[in-house]
Amino acid sequence: MIHVSATPVLALRGVSKRFGAVQALTDVDLEIHTGEVVALVGDNGAGKSTLVKTISGVHPIDDGAIEWEGTKVAIGRPHDAQNLGVATVYQDLALCDNLDVVANLFLGSELKSAAVLDEIKMEKRARELLDTLSIRIPSVRIPVAALSGGQRQVVAIARALVGDPKVVILDEPTAALGVEQTAQVLDLVERLRERGHGVILISHNMADVQAVADRVAVLRLGRNNGVFDVAQTSPEEVIAAITGATDNAVTRRRARTATALKEDAK
Amino acid sequence: MSDLAKTPEPTKARAASGSAVDAEPSAAPAAAVDPRLLVREQGFAGYWTEFIRKVRGGELGSLPVVIGLIVIGLVFQLQNDKFLSASSLANIAVFTSGVGIMSVGIVFVLLLGEIDLSVGSVAGVGAAVWAVLSVNHGWGDWLSVFVAIACGTVIGVLHGFFFAKIGVPAFVVTLAGFLGWSGLQIWMMGKEGSINTPTGSVVEDLTTHFFADKAAAYGLALVAVLAYAGSQLLDARRRKTAALPSRPLSEILLRTGVLAVLALVVAYFLNEPKGARGLPLALVLFLAVLVIADFVARRTTFGRQVFAVGGNAEAARRAGINVDRVRITVFAISGMLAAFGGLFIASLSGGATKSLGSGNTLMIVIAAAVIGGTSLFGGRGKIWSAMLGMLVIQSIQQGLNLEGMASEIQYMITGAVLLAAVVIDSVSRRTQKSAGRA
Repeated sequence: MIHVSATPVLALRGVSKRFGAVQALTDVDLEIHTGEVVALVGDNGAGKSTLVKTISGVHPIDDGAIEWEGTKVAIGRPHDAQNLGVATVYQDLALCDNLDVVANLFLGSELKSAAVLDEIKMEKRARELLDTLSIRIPSVRIPVAALSGGQRQVVAIARALVGDPKVVILDEPTAALGVEQTAQVLDLVERLRERGHGVILISHNMADVQAVADRVAVLRLGRNNGVFDVAQTSPEEVIAAITGATDNAVTRRRARTATALKEDAK
Repeated sequence: MSDLAKTPEPTKARAASGSAVDAEPSAAPAAAVDPRLLVREQGFAGYWTEFIRKVRGGELGSLPVVIGLIVIGLVFQLQNDKFLSASSLANIAVFTSGVGIMSVGIVFVLLLGEIDLSVGSVAGVGAAVWAVLSVNHGWGDWLSVFVAIACGTVIGVLHGFFFAKIGVPAFVVTLAGFLGWSGLQIWMMGKEGSINTPTGSVVEDLTTHFFADKAAAYGLALVAVLAYAGSQLLDARRRKTAALPSRPLSEILLRTGVLAVLALVVAYFLNEPKGARGLPLALVLFLAVLVIADFVARRTTFGRQVFAVGGNAEAARRAGINVDRVRITVFAISGMLAAFGGLFIASLSGGATKSLGSGNTLMIVIAAAVIGGTSLFGGRGKIWSAMLGMLVIQSIQQGLNLEGMASEIQYMITGAVLLAAVVIDSVSRRTQKSAGRA
């Protein structure tokens, strides 16, 4: 799946971010197209979370540019990102346990009729949304506290879709889930792609990445360390790029040309 | 629901072919309704089983306090048949109102998961401001009442600012307020230390005015019942047209019936027996505050935000809620209602004094909210718990007063009731956790 067509919905160009004496991100490039799942991988401390936070407006960037559908934009706070159409599902889910599913789905963007909450409209929309995503939960009117871990994860993802965003960022959505729940979440990611959302998937799990991602962007020590097409890349190559083993596209090319030269010399 | 119809098919296929291939786990459609899920039956039977299940799961709601009220009523009535008399009940209604209004403010603060220790002092300041302005400075009655309530609001905003923006724990901010504002109150009251309520003033009317016309109490009861039934039926119809599960008619009728009996019995006792003075203005105002606050808490965006911040402040922040503004507003509401309640207390005690709102006022106000079933841990509770809890406390006080019991005994008993309420809160939370509901 190679995207030569339209301008990417979201593009980072040479993004840098410093925290005091730490250069967290250096000249990072990233492109996300609509209907594409880009996996963002890297070791702990590689800068994945920082990168995601710059996109979602938690940490404004120091250098470089963020382009939205081809035009340069400034994302200074979470609200800017939300207005553009970026929704983030954080690893800790950020759900209110005491509120029911409907209230959680519409938290911060409640539907109202004349300043009064329109519970009926919200409940209806919530059911429709959960149905289109084939999400099954016991009832939309039970507190989130009563849901299982997998159910909470899908509710958190569904919540990100309420504002109909163009780009959805999922921060390790399968980290704490069982086999069945992981499969459900991966199904959901594929459904997001079918619906035309651009998806950034942060994951440590190579199997998940191989299963759903179209491209893998590797970060290492705050820098780009290659973008791979999943269909044509083995997990070992990605892992090599993550760990910084010298086997990557650049070294392979160098090795190839070196052997070619040697053969020429013979 | 089409999935339900599909569910049995794989089983049939398996039975027909009898081969092991069909028995693969994937044959069970993931979309089927979870068989472990308890589905509530329609109708009254469903309502009852659901209620029992909720109680077993630790979702007690207002149940303990309602049972408590019934027990209190029975015990004191058996001791002294004056307890359920007209004057005694009117007394409870009037004494409940002022502190009850303050307690509504505290419920909002508790929903945030915070505490406001300054309400007693703020009530004192409110009363002092009103008294000094209207009596010493000759300001208009309504104007000084308005300024007093505004002062309470500003004090609340100040507490909220230090808590939300500076990050000082609410406990400490309001503890400082508790000391500081009572100092201001004593300073304002000057050398004499008390200012009597002028006769015929608005503040005097707060607790001494009764609507003697019998139509007032009955009319209010009727309006309340009709409004409740109307809103419930309208809601059920809208839900039905939207194809959402709705309350069965039997449940609506039962709820309306219970409310109607309660409202009419209260109206009867306020109107009919010998010595009855009609509907107290204080009760009307208290009910108005309760209805408005309940509406704000359950049906507006702000109310939803209060619950969200109380449940998970970080989630609320990420959802784009201005957490600081919610917190400041809640403390402003608490301060406003505290000052308003202070005027009731001034009205009851015949004027503003140095010590108004000191003593056990603060404790009673917080105790009422907790006894009524609002959780100290934030995010769970109802506005009406302010009224239920306050009824428990005032009934006990009234009953013990009729018995001629000394106030120190009253303190001990109220303390024990408060402890029981908090124990119930904690235990039910633990049960809820083990039942996967918290």
